[in-house]
Amino acid sequence: MKILTGNDLGTGDVVWWTGSDWSRHVADAVDVDNHGEAIAAAEEAARRVNAPYVIDAEQTPQGPRPGHIKDRIRAAGPTVRLDLNIKPADPAAGSWVI
Amino acid sequence: MYKYDQYDQAIVDARVEEFRDQVQRRLAGEISEDQFKPLRLMNGLYLQLHAYMLRVAIPYGTLDSRQMRMLAHIARKYDKDYGHFTTRQNLQYNWIKLEDAADILADLASVEMHAIQTSGNCIRNISSDQFAGAAADEVTDPRPWAELLRQWSTFHPEFSYLPRKFKIAVIAAEEDRAAVKLHDIGLQIHRNDAGELGFRVFVGGGMGRTPMVAPVIREFLPTADFVSYMEACLRVYNRYGRRDNIYKARIKILVHEIGAEEYARQVEEEWAHVKTLGLDPPAGEFERIAAHFAPPAFEGGLSDDLDRTDPDFALWLDQNVKAHKQPGYAIVNISLKPVSGIPGDASSAQIDLMADLAERYSFDELRVTHAQNIVLPHVKKADLYTIWQQLEANGLATPNLDLISDIIACPGLDYCSLANARSIPVAQKIADRFAGLDRQRDLGELKLKISGCINACGHHHAGHIGILGVDRKGTENYQLLLGGSGAEDASLGRITGPGFDEDGVVDAIERTVEKYRELRTEGERFLDTYRRVGMDPFKEAIYG
Repeated sequence: MKILTGNDLGTGDVVWWTGSDWSRHVADAVDVDNHGEAIAAAEEAARRVNAPYVIDAEQTPQGPRPGHIKDRIRAAGPTVRLDLNIKPADPAAGSWVI
Repeated sequence: MYKYDQYDQAIVDARVEEFRDQVQRRLAGEISEDQFKPLRLMNGLYLQLHAYMLRVAIPYGTLDSRQMRMLAHIARKYDKDYGHFTTRQNLQYNWIKLEDAADILADLASVEMHAIQTSGNCIRNISSDQFAGAAADEVTDPRPWAELLRQWSTFHPEFSYLPRKFKIAVIAAEEDRAAVKLHDIGLQIHRNDAGELGFRVFVGGGMGRTPMVAPVIREFLPTADFVSYMEACLRVYNRYGRRDNIYKARIKILVHEIGAEEYARQVEEEWAHVKTLGLDPPAGEFERIAAHFAPPAFEGGLSDDLDRTDPDFALWLDQNVKAHKQPGYAIVNISLKPVSGIPGDASSAQIDLMADLAERYSFDELRVTHAQNIVLPHVKKADLYTIWQQLEANGLATPNLDLISDIIACPGLDYCSLANARSIPVAQKIADRFAGLDRQRDLGELKLKISGCINACGHHHAGHIGILGVDRKGTENYQLLLGGSGAEDASLGRITGPGFDEDGVVDAIERTVEKYRELRTEGERFLDTYRRVGMDPFKEAIYG
């Protein structure tokens, strides 16, 4: 599957396209198929996102899992400061990223 | 310490308001990201992996307690309660909101700080010796010259759009604590046979994709000609540096391609013209700047005796405290490399504590080192035990300066959008593996440096042992390098062979240092042994 990500313009937070809006949780991301570039252009023009791009992801029971470690770290937070993660208490965060 | 005059303050304040307007226009949609990006970068604001990142300049690594407390305040108010000290004596905040950026710059400006020259293809923040003004081996304090360079380079209209970024370091000692030969321009102040001060000028060093040790292009440059000669060096680069290929745009490529002699000849030719323009400041202006760096009012007649009965204190003294030029005083190195910690990170509370210690015990001065540690440069020996107790109580007394766990590491893939692999977890695993201080001290000086990509912010080329993280088909892989040095004996590390996974590289380092223990002769550092025996014995130990 292909999902769309970027950063919130004002806060810089990592965000994921949900089909109608942006979420900070990758689990909310939807498959954009081959519409990612068009959505990205429209959303960026409307200043609802900054520097959006499409990535490959795999659908899992927990939701989409980005294909590249860089995007998994973006989704979860730094692996060396789990207290700053998007889900700080998640014991599965480490294995999900790596 | 240098204090802003009305012009310094006016230009920094004006820059804050200009950026505030630019941010508002971006948020209002009046300018696009393509238009805004170069503007925010000129103010040190990057878009990184998790958020905006703000890089704050700490000119030549010197700051006072008021400035240090402001760094803590910003971390607490606008970020996540910590900051990251970098390999260029700067500080980075990793979780900045664009909406707050102008307010942060205004807070910085209120204590004579800014984020100018921390990004873009300009002359970057000038770096220097963290022991400047305190080291027994220096011929003069290099910081007035670094400050003169700062004033010359800030907003220099001709050098704001160079072919690529440009890094300058200045030292005034034989021991190189600022890696000058690995800078675009490295300056070493020394005395000629007549006893006059001048600069040995190195040009064309650097790390990154194409690492090079800078050659000397001028053995002795009189101080009176300093600014005009720098202008000539930059003009030749600005004219002939490559703009067609970002990977070949640094001055090291130009110097390498035309040769150091030819580059020097062109500089001399340009300088003959530049000298007629009257760019060199009158001696009085330099004296005005230098007066800000007058030695503090050291007390005379102090004892050098120390009570070493507390063994932990004695260990810290031996490892982290260095000789000061003034009897009765010492230089304190505060390690930001605790076991399992993140190299260069400090919490707001720790930053505040270091500020308090500087104000009370070090004539209100602190330094940031390129090895991502902090220095209290002027401490009475009689105060060392009290300082150590406070550092110890706040996780800042790790006695590991220049040992294997005093690792330089870039933020890597945990924070950086350019990185290919994580650096910090590897640093932590190595520090954990070698946590025993007896073992570390037995290994002696061993500078280990890790970069998470070829850009080499972690200085891996200059590590006695270097690690370079790469992306191998979507998996993190780590190449090992041996034999680098960023000191006066500068050299570039060589890759040992095939790379390793995260645990594998830690094992490979263990085999490397065990081979060193087997091969070393009396008093030999790891680097000395490597240089004597070469790569082969280590390669055999690593790969079998």
